[in-house]
Amino acid sequence: MLSLSVNGQAYPVDVPDDMPLLWVLRDVIGLTGTKFGCGIAQCGACTVHLDGQAVRSCVLPVGSIGNRAITTIEAVGNTPSGQKIQQAWLDVDVVQCGYCQSGQIMSAAALLQRTPNPNDADIDAAMSGNICRCGTYVRIRAAIKQAATGKQEILQTLVSAPEGAKS
Amino acid sequence: MTRFLIIVVLVALLGMGAYFYLNRTDTAEGTAPPIAGAPSSADVLARGEYLTKAADCIACHTVPGTGSAFAGGVAFKLPFGTIYSPNITADEASGIGNWSDNDFVRAVREGIRNDGQHLYPAFPYTSYTQLSRSDVLAIKAYLFSLPKISQANKANDLSFPYNQRWAMGFWNAAFFKSQRFTPDPSQSQQWNSGKYLTIALGHCAECHTPRNFGFGLEHGNELAGEELQGWRAYNITSDPQHGIGAWSDSDIASYLTTGHADGRGSAAGPMAEAVENSLRFLNPADAAALATYLRTVPAREGKDPITIDATAAPTLASNNAAPGGDNANADNPGLKLFEGACASCHQWNGKGQQTSYASLLGTRGVNDVHGTNVTQILLHGAGPHALAPNIFMPEFGNAYSDTDIASLTNYVIGHFGNKQGNVTPDEVAQRRKQL
Amino acid sequence: MKIGPDSPQDKHDDIDLGRRHALQAGGLAIAFLWVGGTGVASAMINARRQPGDAAAALADGNPTFAPNAFIRIDTSGAVRLVMPSAEMGQSIYTGCSMLLAEELGVGLDQITVEHSPPSDELYGIPALGGQITGGSTSTRATWTVLREAGAVARTLLVSAAATKWHVDPATCTVDRGVVHHTPSGRSLGFGEVASEAAKLPMPDKVQLTDPKDFKLIGKPMRRVDAADKIKGATQFGIDVRIPGMKIATVMACPTLAGKLAAVDDKAARAVPGVVDVLRLDNAVAVVGDHFWAAKQGLQALKITWDHGVNANLTTQQLRDALADSARHGKSIVARDDGPQPQGTLVQSEYQSPMLAHATMEPLNATVFVTADKCEIWTGTQVPARAVGEAARITGLPQDKVVLHNQYLGGGFGRRLETDWVEQAVAFAKQVSYPLKVIWTREEDIRHDRVRPMYHDVISAVLDANGRPVWYGYRTSGGSVLARFAPPAMGKDGMDSDAVECVAEIPYDIPKGKVEWIRHDMPPGLVVGWWRGVGPTHNLFVFESFMDELAHHAGKDPLEYRRALLQKSPRALGVLNLAAEKIGWGSQPLPARVGRGIALGEPFGSHVCAIVEVEVTPQGEVRLRRAVVGLDCGIAVNASSIEAQVQGGLLFGLSAAMFSDITIKDGAFEQSNFNDYRNLRINEAPVIEVHRVINTESPGGLGEVGTAITAPALANAIFAATGVRLYKLPVDRHLLVQSPDALKSVVSAAVHAGRDVA
Ligand code: FES
Ligand code: FES
Repeated sequence: MLSLSVNGQAYPVDVPDDMPLLWVLRDVIGLTGTKFGCGIAQCGACTVHLDGQAVRSCVLPVGSIGNRAITTIEAVGNTPSGQKIQQAWLDVDVVQCGYCQSGQIMSAAALLQRTPNPNDADIDAAMSGNICRCGTYVRIRAAIKQAATGKQEILQTLVSAPEGAKS
Repeated sequence: MTRFLIIVVLVALLGMGAYFYLNRTDTAEGTAPPIAGAPSSADVLARGEYLTKAADCIACHTVPGTGSAFAGGVAFKLPFGTIYSPNITADEASGIGNWSDNDFVRAVREGIRNDGQHLYPAFPYTSYTQLSRSDVLAIKAYLFSLPKISQANKANDLSFPYNQRWAMGFWNAAFFKSQRFTPDPSQSQQWNSGKYLTIALGHCAECHTPRNFGFGLEHGNELAGEELQGWRAYNITSDPQHGIGAWSDSDIASYLTTGHADGRGSAAGPMAEAVENSLRFLNPADAAALATYLRTVPAREGKDPITIDATAAPTLASNNAAPGGDNANADNPGLKLFEGACASCHQWNGKGQQTSYASLLGTRGVNDVHGTNVTQILLHGAGPHALAPNIFMPEFGNAYSDTDIASLTNYVIGHFGNKQGNVTPDEVAQRRKQL
Repeated sequence: MKIGPDSPQDKHDDIDLGRRHALQAGGLAIAFLWVGGTGVASAMINARRQPGDAAAALADGNPTFAPNAFIRIDTSGAVRLVMPSAEMGQSIYTGCSMLLAEELGVGLDQITVEHSPPSDELYGIPALGGQITGGSTSTRATWTVLREAGAVARTLLVSAAATKWHVDPATCTVDRGVVHHTPSGRSLGFGEVASEAAKLPMPDKVQLTDPKDFKLIGKPMRRVDAADKIKGATQFGIDVRIPGMKIATVMACPTLAGKLAAVDDKAARAVPGVVDVLRLDNAVAVVGDHFWAAKQGLQALKITWDHGVNANLTTQQLRDALADSARHGKSIVARDDGPQPQGTLVQSEYQSPMLAHATMEPLNATVFVTADKCEIWTGTQVPARAVGEAARITGLPQDKVVLHNQYLGGGFGRRLETDWVEQAVAFAKQVSYPLKVIWTREEDIRHDRVRPMYHDVISAVLDANGRPVWYGYRTSGGSVLARFAPPAMGKDGMDSDAVECVAEIPYDIPKGKVEWIRHDMPPGLVVGWWRGVGPTHNLFVFESFMDELAHHAGKDPLEYRRALLQKSPRALGVLNLAAEKIGWGSQPLPARVGRGIALGEPFGSHVCAIVEVEVTPQGEVRLRRAVVGLDCGIAVNASSIEAQVQGGLLFGLSAAMFSDITIKDGAFEQSNFNDYRNLRINEAPVIEVHRVINTESPGGLGEVGTAITAPALANAIFAATGVRLYKLPVDRHLLVQSPDALKSVVSAAVHAGRDVA
């Protein structure tokens, strides 16, 4: 019987040591905010924090976690960086289907906690492991910057009716 | 004219004499040092099973995944063509069911089939020649206790002259010496056991010893590393810089039996297969013996020596989640690929996340400026294997270009090995063809 | 036609079935129009029809005020809006909510949204013949009816307040869920008048807000579903948890159309947590207490497949046959303006690959079959079809099949199919407990219903100035429509989707001949809708060829197109807009950097994309920037428009750069994101969307960006390298500067900053 600390709560779980955390969270504990996208650490949908670090829960055997603290999307809003990121995500209206977004937000929150004012290269390094099939990357970049600086990133690119464009 | 003919005949006779002299068979039965996993007191089948595993027969005689055990058919792509391993189950028609003990022993130790034809040295009779008759027969007994599989052998696909089996007699004359293992009384019993495991059963030299122009093993350069079938078999001499001299006993034991040693790397490719099929079954005492022997293998630099930088500056300057201290700028194509597909497991500090198998710092792969094994692993993936059934690296060869793989490999060498990798897209294209 | 993310913009007020419109509506919309013709259209979405059944109302929390199927208000004043369509990322819930809320008089921050229960009667889209999301129909069908539904509710609430105050309703106003009577300074919240309003008779005529007074419509609004999605609180199909539920994962025969011959499940059953092993004639499922056990079990199975007729099938065989049919096959003519005139003939052939959807949420369905009921939880674009299939498989009457739709983790047309639901029902029917079937990503890709492959032959006759006076187009490929809705095929067997965006073109080319050669794929290779089907290859071919013609004439691709657009002002408008915004021709570009234009009128919108790329000497393509000029008519939500176009563009770029489903031994070779590569954030360019403001009727959006990307990319690559790509995805070997470039160690790219803009 393992005991996992998830979002500040202890969960005793009776599962094999090599079972990936993702399935323990989703199917045993019942926290379904963390998503399954690929199972091979290529998409980032399953990202959670382990002592504040972003990890891919689909390939993380629960037996290797020990007493490290697990934070999932359901509680990342309780951390200052998670709160900022979630707010920016709303302000910039990042989500589309939303399926990848738990993972995106977890990766972004870990980035902001570590690098409060990330540049493009920092964002790439932290976010490139997270795939979004809906193509929200442009807004993800904007939202991270907005979360960091508090400065509003343009929500809309220009809407215009220039000369010659009128019908 | 007559004189000339006499000379020709004399030379021919001398040649024949030499041929037969060099091809002479060691007639000794041979004795094996004690093997902890196969004590002589044990049942012959139990011994046979252990020895079969220690000799890794299954790797070459079973098609991975789909094939029946020991039914052969595994392809070996050599520079001069493809050969297929034969069926060694006890099936009379397609296997070796009607081989006598002597047939079997001769094949294993001399490389000659029951019909008198030569075997190719892809079959390591060059190493197995050291085995004792009793051990060879234990293996035979074990194989014959298994289900007979009726599966016809595949014809080899070799070009002339390599398809001339008789010619192997000359190869043997040049490069093969029939010789049983003889214990060295000046060394410990453990050392002798280890040597037998390394040289005879484990046939480590077949991959790890450099080969000469004629594909013969370079004696005198034992275990100093070689490239084979597109993979680099590393230097496992006691050289602390280029070999495994700096590894602790537990590093070695762990690597042999789990395919991974922290800070040393994880086995992939053929070595992973050897761990999976063979080495992981070694009894701890035997693994320790093997390590004991390896420690005494004279230190050699080998060719294209790999110098490990276990404290690569760019890696140490990075944290788990972000790079630091790289010469590569943010637009480096290798870096971009790494941050997309690799960093979430390997991490920028090379520590490996989710599993220690993903750690890179201090491994030989990332310190090899030719990027041989890194390229292979990227192209073909690694694992999972039996001991770590859920640990694997996906293959990227099908969706990533030669240039992608080359730039990624060079980036990895730069970042984790602190060296300039020199892999070119062309080389990656060659590697693709090798497997 | 529109398959993927739908959007409020997809509205055509008048459904014109004349040739041009029919062709523009194309494939899926046509299919739905046909389905809609079955006569059920009368009993559908309606501003005044209430959920009549008491049980349904109870299940719905028995709201105090429910004047129609879309609006629920209780005495606390809480407003719930029920969404007729499915939300798969396209922001339709926000669009529908805006229409309802605009007229109801509430802010989007004051409402909650809900999935509709399955009911063709209450939520059926007449044009689609049921509760279906697709075909660019959502807003077209709901634009009026939802505003009217909001207005009905507002009228009743105002009447109730006015009655209370004994004033003329006309003197009352509504703002943010409160009815005001300004002259007397009185106000009442919706909740306070809800009970009274519920008792009033349905108003016959309601006044809709004058568009100039719109508070919500036309503004960039935040999505109504975002708050839950950023907290992981949104329930997708894969998140459904039913008491007693077990979880299965599946492997179907990897060989297309292959069957299950035998399976040895001894080892699988020994895996801790494995509950059951279930079989169908072509698949096997392992059931576990959790997914992990099921997956471990699946890996432990020893399966023998009967590979069947496709055992030796390869992509190359398909390609060769397709090429042959494009060149020599008997065609169905979509357009023929008479004989080919004299002049210089230019001809090219293009090939487009099969494409998977790889929706971020792998396919899944939870099904509970009992003796007299089948309950299904899944995210689907076609609940009605799914219910029909479940009824067929279980033998239950349709009204005993209950489907709870869920948020969709991506649709892109994949969830217009029902194959995985059918499979899950067939498995669930074998067990006594609720069964959640989750496909692994590998299964999701290997058993995708792919966008078909195409082979297209395009030609033109040029006059002395290099201007086309005639064009010819022969396209060969499988037909999605023919399977999806056979009677929707043209009377001569024409698949309108096959020639969409090429039978009608914005350019002034006097004559042309457009032909389709139907080339069916082998059994088991099922082709499906994608994020655009016909236009995604037709525009690639046509716009690549326009570039070829410009090159042939020695003209700048922008100027060349402009000269041919004098009769298409809206197309010219977006071309000029995009060109201006990217600064076409204003500065010389660095070596091996190029820009490519693509222009088209897919899905009733007018769009021009200009993509800027850099190609390294080793042939790697770096996307630097993309600028889009868009004219999609009137906007409901300007924010979603931008998001849809950016997303569509990235979806198309990802496919054009990397995607190709290939077949070996009758099975797909790709399986997961390691070998079916997807564009990542560090490879994505900056994308600017510039929109023309007008009041034209809305065009489609979700697929517009996808369809227009590939030719822009290919043309940019040509501009950078001089290499014309006749085949997708981009073959980087063709772009190598010289063989020596591959012999040298890869160098870093020239700086291709995303801050360039
Ligand atoms: S599900 Fe874990 S990275 Fe994709
Ligand atoms: S929002 Fe749909 S996958 Fe990212």
